[in-house]
Formats: sequence, structure tokens, C-alpha cells
Amino acid sequence: MGRLLFFFGEAYRALRRNAAPSIAAIVTIAITVLLVGVLVPVLKASGSKTDDVRDQISLKVFLFKSAEKSEIKQLRETIEATPDVAAVEYISPAKALKTLERDLDEKNILDAINNKNPLPPSFNVRLDNPDNLESVQSALAPPDPSGSPQPISPAIEEIVTAEQTDQIREVTGAVKILLAVIAVLLGIASLFLVGNTIRLSIYARRREVEVMRLVGATNWFIRWPFVIEGIVVGVFGAAIAVGILFVGKVIIADPLSDKFALIENLNTIAFAPLVAILVGGAMVVAALGSGVTLRRFLQI
Amino acid sequence: MATARRRTRSRTRRSRIDASPDVHARRERPPIVQLRESTVVYPGGHVGLERVSLSIDRGEFIFIVGSTGCGKSTLFKLLIRELEPASGSVHIAGKDINAIPKNRVPQLRRRIGTVFQDFKLLPNRTVYDNVAYALQVTGTPRGQIKHQVRDILRMVGLGAKLHSYPDQLSGGEQQRVSIARAFVNHPPLLLADEPTGNLDPETSIGIMQLLYRINRSGTTLVVVTHDREMVDKMKRRVVQLHEGRVIRDQAAGMYASEEDTTEFGARMREELDVGSEGTV
Repeated sequence: MGRLLFFFGEAYRALRRNAAPSIAAIVTIAITVLLVGVLVPVLKASGSKTDDVRDQISLKVFLFKSAEKSEIKQLRETIEATPDVAAVEYISPAKALKTLERDLDEKNILDAINNKNPLPPSFNVRLDNPDNLESVQSALAPPDPSGSPQPISPAIEEIVTAEQTDQIREVTGAVKILLAVIAVLLGIASLFLVGNTIRLSIYARRREVEVMRLVGATNWFIRWPFVIEGIVVGVFGAAIAVGILFVGKVIIADPLSDKFALIENLNTIAFAPLVAILVGGAMVVAALGSGVTLRRFLQI
Repeated sequence: MATARRRTRSRTRRSRIDASPDVHARRERPPIVQLRESTVVYPGGHVGLERVSLSIDRGEFIFIVGSTGCGKSTLFKLLIRELEPASGSVHIAGKDINAIPKNRVPQLRRRIGTVFQDFKLLPNRTVYDNVAYALQVTGTPRGQIKHQVRDILRMVGLGAKLHSYPDQLSGGEQQRVSIARAFVNHPPLLLADEPTGNLDPETSIGIMQLLYRINRSGTTLVVVTHDREMVDKMKRRVVQLHEGRVIRDQAAGMYASEEDTTEFGARMREELDVGSEGTV
């Protein structure tokens, strides 16, 4: 207990005397945590959004209008038996027409086209995992020796994967990777800045360290104040960032979510766990930064 | 007459180191410091100490003298294991300090007080805190620290300056603080590197008195010094180093004989030729 007080006293003393670099590190950590604090909810939100999109990824198997009922029934069974297929929904021409009418917001399309439904029947094939799109596709239409896909049933006219879904997959993947890379880079930057602060602190306190060694302080006894100093820097930085985040949430995000249901409905992270993650992360990064620096520059 | 006696005693000391029959006789209480053929080579090849053998008994008061660069500081660093010998061994209180694991070195240093010419006080702490520091790092309980620090500061004559900062003290007072810090643990061995190097003669006497008092309480004192007058007046054992070697080891010696090194070497050789008239 007395020992702990001693460590904190030493760390406090060092921070006060070493104010300039400490404040620089605190501000940098605050900026980093602020950015990560904005990124995490955005990342989470974009993640949940693309999850919605991914759930909708499906194959559309269009059939010939002339397909026999028995053929359709058999094909349905075949598709249902294909691995990675979650559900198969038959869409009759009549149902397809209704969907079209709804999408176009126009009733009685048939009247305009001589009462003859031009739409083919189709299957909507849902997958258990969007990543299995290609394997299912090739199962339904394995490539022939020349390489062009041949449908497994003569009833199949065309198999369509919505091209959009591929693009969405690519874009959301890229966005996620980009955000993650930025977060990691910022994390590394703050690691080095904490390290630098500790390095300056070691330099400023080399006399203390020398005396501590002479009077027989153990290595960890010498190190602890520096580690605590680093963690305090981390916590201060995180606290500032969390304060700004909270103000931003109250002033910007909350009024917006009143107006736009979309924002409110986003499946993003709650504020309390976010704060816990940010403060915890800042502490870990700061402790790591001081630890690595101590190993390199505190020769004891 | 006096010179003759000194020479005799000096040879006595040598025979103890070389043949060391006394070491076996005193097995139950080994010398506090024992160097055997210790050689220190710095990175780059510079030889700091060359085959130095030295034995210091408990309770001794010994001066180490020699010109700058003779290896005095190297000897100090060797004793607190700042440096490790390239060959030979260093025993403190019978223990080979280079055989103990690295994480036990702090425990070794707690049993050796160190005093330096530049005091090595922490400028932003009070006298009390500076001394208490040595106890805090060893995990002494607060109440005990308070007690011990007040006692030791009273002993060195600074009982009234507990809350002064080092820059408010004179050089002599600062050195007293640093001695208090070195001695607050009551270590069996106290190393002082030019403790009076920065002080005027009057103040130096006070510091020497203090060291003498500490020695009288049973602590072994090893004092590196350039203070010729002090060494001559104290009439204690003197070890002279030159270019990393012990060239003189004399009980109740002077800072230096009037002769220069060459003459001294000639005399030593002559003395050794005379044979063993020394008694143990």
C-alpha cells in the first residue's frame, strides 16, 4: 500500500515536471482515441448494414415459360438438396408480376401489355452464407468441357446473381479494411508517442534512477513509476476524448437520430461499452509503449 | 624509525594477501572485501584494473589513493557490481558477487553504502526525502522510515534542516546528507569516492570526523581520495593504485612517499629481496 502510494507519487512528480511532453502525448492519445471512438461505431454500423445486404444476397434461377410442372418440382428438390442452400422460394409468374407492380408503384401493368404476363417463373435461392455464392452457382450450372456453364436442368433458362451484390461485397470489404488500417496506424502512432514521453521522462530522471540503483532498488521498483506514468497519460488522453465524444453524441448524434429513424435504428455500439473499450485500449497501448521503451532505454 | 616500522607492516599485509594463511584461520569470518586477481577490461580494450588482489577486513578504514585514471572508480564499480571482472573474483562478506543472480544485485547494493564527490542528491526533494528515499526503495514501513531518518540526520548534525532543499545547504551539509543516506541502512560496508573533493579543509575535517565515527560503529570504510593531508593525518591503511595495479598497500600509510613511482618500485623490489623479517 505504501509502496503503491510511492509509485503514484513518483509518477505524479514526473508528470508535473515533464509537463510539455506529457501534454503532447496526452493530446495525441486524445486525438487517436477520438478517431477510434468515431470509427468503431461507424465500423459497427457499416458492418450491420452490409450484414443486411449480405442476408439478401441470393441467386435467381429463371425458368423457361414452357417448363413442365413436374420438371419444376424436381428441380426444386435438386436445388434444395444442394449444399449451402438455405431456402428455395418458387416465384410464379403471377407473383413476380405483383412484385414488379409494387416496385414500380403502378397497378394494372397487364392492361398495358395485352393481358399477357411476360414474366417467367423463377426460384429465389437463399444461401446459408453469401460467400458460398459461387459454389452454389457452379453446382446448379457446372461448366461443360469448353468452360461455359451448363444448367443441370433443361427447365433452367438463366441463373442470375445480382451483380450489385458482388459490388456491395467488395466495397464494404474495402471500407472495413481501410478503417481497420487507419485505426491500427493511429494505435501504432500513439504507442510510439507514449514511448517517446517515457523516454524523455527517463532522461529527465536519470539522476533519480542512478540513485535508486545505488541504494538498491529492484528493477521493477525503478520501472513501476514509469509504467504508471505512461498509463496515467493514456487514461488522461482517453478521458479527454471520451468527454468530446459525449458532447458530440449529445449535440450531434442524438438530435439527428430523432429526425432520422435510420441513425437510431443502426445496430451500433452503446456508449458505455464504447467508453470502456476506448479507455481500456488507451491504457493497454500506453502501458505497452512505456514497457517497450523501458526495455530499450532504461539500462538497469 | 617510524618509516622502518611502516615498511615492516606493509610487508606483513602483502604476505597475508599472497600466501593468505590468515584467510583460512579466519574462515568463520571472511574479509568484507576480497579481490583475487581481478582484471577489468572495458569495451574497446582499455584495461581498468589489472590482476588486483586486495583483502579488506571488517571494521577497517582504508584509503585508496592514486592519480586520475588509476582505476579507483573502476574498483568502486567492481565492488557494487556495476562492472564484472574479465577474470578473477570479487567476494563481499565471503560471497562471490558475480555468482549471484542479476536480480539479487539490488540486495547486494543495499548492504553497501556509497558516497560521492558530487553528493548525488535529488535537487527537488528535501533533506528528509532524500534520505528517506533509500529506505522507501527497500520497502521499509513508513513509521520506521520516519524514525530512522530523524535519527540518522541528528547523528550527522542536520536535525534542524529536515525540510531544506539541497541547494539551500552548504557543500559540507550536502555531503552530510549524502552520508546519512548511505548509512541510514547501517550497511556493513561504506564506499566513499572523494567525499571531501569539493570541500574546503575545514569542512573536510568535519566530514572525515563523521566517517571516522561511522567506522567506529563497526562499518568498514573504503575511501578514495586525493586529500593528501587527510590521509597523512589519519594514519590508516593506504592502498595506492597506478594504471590499474596495486603498487602499494601499507598499514598506517601516508598519502604518498616523497619518491616517484620508479623510485618506489625500486624500493619495493629492494625490500622484497631483503627477505621475510615481518611478523604476523
